[in-house]
Amino acid sequence: MSPRSASEPGPAARLLANLRVIGALGRRSVAQTFRRPQLMAPILIFPTILLAIQTAGAGRAVDLPQFPEVNGFLDFMLAGAMIQATLLAGNSGGIALAVDLEIGFADRLFAAPVSRYSIILGRLAGTAALGALTAVWFIVIGLAFGATIEQGVPGVVMMILFVSLSAIAFGGIGAAVALRSGSASVVQGLFPIVFVILFLSNAFFPANLLLEPAKTIAEYNPLTFIVDGVREPVVGSLTPASFAEALGSIALVGAISLGLSALALRRRVRLGG
Amino acid sequence: MWRHLRRALKSSALQSGRVTAIEARALEREFEGGIRAVDGVDLRVAKGEIYAFLGPNGAGKTTTVRMLTTLLRPTGGEAAVAGHDVVADAGEVRRSIGVALQEAALDPLMTGRELIRLQATLHALPAAEGRARSDELLRRVGLSEAADRRIGTYSGGMRRRLDLASALVHEPEVLFLDEPTTGLDPVSRKAIWEEVVKLNREGTTVFLTTQYLEEADQLADRVGIISAGRLVAEGTPAALKAEVGLPRLEITLAEGSPTDCAHVLSRFGEQLPAKDGALVVELPQGAAGIAPVVRALDEAGVLVESLDLHEPSLDDVFVEQTGRHLEGAEQPAAGGAEPVAPPAAGEPEAAPRT
Repeated sequence: MSPRSASEPGPAARLLANLRVIGALGRRSVAQTFRRPQLMAPILIFPTILLAIQTAGAGRAVDLPQFPEVNGFLDFMLAGAMIQATLLAGNSGGIALAVDLEIGFADRLFAAPVSRYSIILGRLAGTAALGALTAVWFIVIGLAFGATIEQGVPGVVMMILFVSLSAIAFGGIGAAVALRSGSASVVQGLFPIVFVILFLSNAFFPANLLLEPAKTIAEYNPLTFIVDGVREPVVGSLTPASFAEALGSIALVGAISLGLSALALRRRVRLGG
Repeated sequence: MWRHLRRALKSSALQSGRVTAIEARALEREFEGGIRAVDGVDLRVAKGEIYAFLGPNGAGKTTTVRMLTTLLRPTGGEAAVAGHDVVADAGEVRRSIGVALQEAALDPLMTGRELIRLQATLHALPAAEGRARSDELLRRVGLSEAADRRIGTYSGGMRRRLDLASALVHEPEVLFLDEPTTGLDPVSRKAIWEEVVKLNREGTTVFLTTQYLEEADQLADRVGIISAGRLVAEGTPAALKAEVGLPRLEITLAEGSPTDCAHVLSRFGEQLPAKDGALVVELPQGAAGIAPVVRALDEAGVLVESLDLHEPSLDDVFVEQTGRHLEGAEQPAAGGAEPVAPPAAGEPEAAPRT
């Protein structure tokens, strides 16, 4: 072996190289989640158990006055379970990134000739893939237990799309906290906040039936619009307006979280961890 | 002997050739709170050289490596690696270097093969080339059979070898090894050393940090000694050791007159004050000079109980420059700055270089 001299690749080659890195790191992220049960549990097992308990125990909520028109409580709850899993997947992704920083694995990545943003995007690509997986999982569970997806295959595609994009947007928050703190336990501390945000939205209960101030908070919570975007294909009411609201909310959360991640990354590079 | 000569010739050729692989001028890094981890380091490492950065924990070795590998921005001074500025051309630097960081930062959930293939992707090797290169490197470091096992099941030595292999995937011009053998058993350490020497013979410039004297002594063409963020001495191991004094032979007599013995010893070198009842003489030839001394003492009828040869070490160089021992650096040397090997009469004490 003799050293080869380095030469700078062109823009197209650089873009391709960065896309390959994002793909490779995304695959690593998914494999890592499957190989570490403590990362898998919050993404699939907890939301599934919560879905089962809530559906079995609070099924008669659909009889409440002003409850949205749905075929059953399971149909209503599916979107909440998916978004819960997505938020937790984002949190788990943040924890895994923080672990990479703690053990020094991130330095191996940062010492490579690729954009450091690609390295973060690689982690988020894995979170998006896990989001899509959770969407498929809950769709299968829902269909197996009697839910119907009123808007059929296009509705399923919409749900998977929204959940995957949400995973990137919410994963950005975990990534930002991981990059800023470099500590897995700090990112883990977001776990209760995830539930506060969920309960202050329409994920588990219609916003119009919540008490004040939760009702007002839920009505302005971007998560409410995202949950609507995932729920409406199930109940058959997805309109271009609610599609745009869901996508806009995802874009808003994503812009903030990815912006914060970029700032945290720049700070980390400047200060050296 | 031949090893030293070969290294001296190589070092001289490299320095006269002036092809620089790593260069730093007044390099500084100050952390929040005013902690100055690296304080004006000047470095010049020639292409094809093995340069060891020797110092105790907290001396600034890793911070220097992190700046040279673009993982940390300097707060002062400048540095270039493989001809590229570490700040302005960080991407080019990263394309030219291989890095194996302290404590082999590996993902225990990945397999060895996955790690090297990921590294190949990070360095933009085409997929087929990356696969072939991974297989070749795993074979080279003796990990072919363990390649599909999770890294979490590897021993410390296996992790280090894997780390080294992953740093080589793109055939870097300059290889940075941050304490590559810390915590390894002697066999694993030797395996890493052999691989480093082999890589260097193949043309790779190696910059390694270490807190092990033997490692720097065995491997390096030149050694830089760092203490409290400053380069306090630099040179070939032989030259550095020569600066602090010559080898000393301590002789304890079984029978015979100390005066007769001293008379004989005066033919071989400068006599030093007796130590714990033993006569002490400087022996410029080191171990090679022992046999003639023994023969001369025998001919003079002096019976020797024991002979101890004390050769200056890099630790002596460190003590000379800093007043502290390199290993167990928290404890100052007795008297604050006890020179282990006193300089020869008339020879000036070496002054700190920075």
